Amino acid sequence: MDLAQRLLDGDRRAAARLITLIENGADGVELELKQIYPHTGQAHIVGITGPPGAGKSTLVSALARELRGRGKTVGIIAVDPTSPFTGGALLGDRIRMQELSTDSGVFIRSMASRGALGGLSRATADAVKVLDAFGCNVILVETVGAGQGEVDIARAAHSTIVVEVPGMGDEIQAIKAGILEIADVFAVNKADKAGAERTVMELEMMLQMNTRPGAWFPLIVKTVATSNKGIAELADALEKHLRYLRDSGELEQRLRANTLRELVDAAKEEFIGELWAELSQRDLATLTQSMLDHHLDPRSAAKELVRKFRNGS
Amino acid sequence: MKERRKIRVLIAKPGLDGHDRGAKVVARALRDAGMEVIYSGLRQTPEMIVETAIQEDVDVIGLSILSGAHLPLFSRLGELTREQGLDRVLIVAGGIIPDEDMPAVREMGIRAVFGPGSSTTDIVDFVLSNAPQDKG
Repeated sequence: MDLAQRLLDGDRRAAARLITLIENGADGVELELKQIYPHTGQAHIVGITGPPGAGKSTLVSALARELRGRGKTVGIIAVDPTSPFTGGALLGDRIRMQELSTDSGVFIRSMASRGALGGLSRATADAVKVLDAFGCNVILVETVGAGQGEVDIARAAHSTIVVEVPGMGDEIQAIKAGILEIADVFAVNKADKAGAERTVMELEMMLQMNTRPGAWFPLIVKTVATSNKGIAELADALEKHLRYLRDSGELEQRLRANTLRELVDAAKEEFIGELWAELSQRDLATLTQSMLDHHLDPRSAAKELVRKFRNGS
Repeated sequence: MKERRKIRVLIAKPGLDGHDRGAKVVARALRDAGMEVIYSGLRQTPEMIVETAIQEDVDVIGLSILSGAHLPLFSRLGELTREQGLDRVLIVAGGIIPDEDMPAVREMGIRAVFGPGSSTTDIVDFVLSNAPQDKG
């Protein structure tokens, strides 16, 4: 069952199954990912984040339609939270994306966060690679409804849209650290509601305090996703950001930093896997007991563990 | 570092009726039983449902229908799922389906029908014991 080859040949079911296998950490999935990796790196990856109910799904749907109109194929990954109690999840982002579901130039996948913090799931990055290799020109990654600290998306995406709505907090919210800092583009959605101008103004004031010379100045676009207002401008803003990334050399820098981080993360996983396979249960028990007795602190115990591993004991 | 395999379910409302309370109750019950439930909203055509089932790689499709148009809709759905090679997917239905239509509905590939008064426990148990187990 060579899923990777079928995927590269354009088989939608292979793409879907491969994402399932990634989510389940199934055997053999590493080999498939290895095969598709040379075919990745083509898509423009766009993150969409913001508070619950801001209209992320509706905005993603409208944006996808606009991009289709511009001749692009679109992949969508929509993440919703997993229940910490039952492990189940209700994935409802497709409700706002119905009209895209039979467009053969759009592939939508709902993913549950499965316990990962930061607004994405652990499998999201690999699922993006699948859609990239599948040939999607633009991949829209919608995070779980995010509060202030869910900033992982900025590392996974080339361009990040933060969706804000009028009437959520005062200007102090706007100068806090976190999610507002990761925006390349702000969409002030539901801009037909009272207070939209004020939200735009507060964002502008925040941005004027923040800018570093030469850096990208985040764009603010007013949208009403339900009636398609401002969506063309949003798509323009994304194109402009991508052009900026390319022309300024920032794209290459970012990719290099992200790739290095990916390598380090993968190496950690590899190493921990090996450590786990090699460790003697007796050493583990002894060290745990020393910590319980407060003879040994966690860091020293860990050092001892690694030392034993190196000596092959 | 293996995750426990999750059952993925698509809850869909084919046809034109706008009543989705039942669908939402069932979606919630399956969620509480630890499944990942995709709810795709009202007024879905068979084509939309089958394409969604493919992209989401679901193990189970639950159809909720109250409009009385179940025979043509289920028949088309059965055709499409066979065409697309989704034979392994467990398909169940809920809503208003008269007894005399049951044989025809079964013939179309619907494995169980949960009418008014069905308990969510029965639905959860049926899905848990009949969902296909062949994925990694």
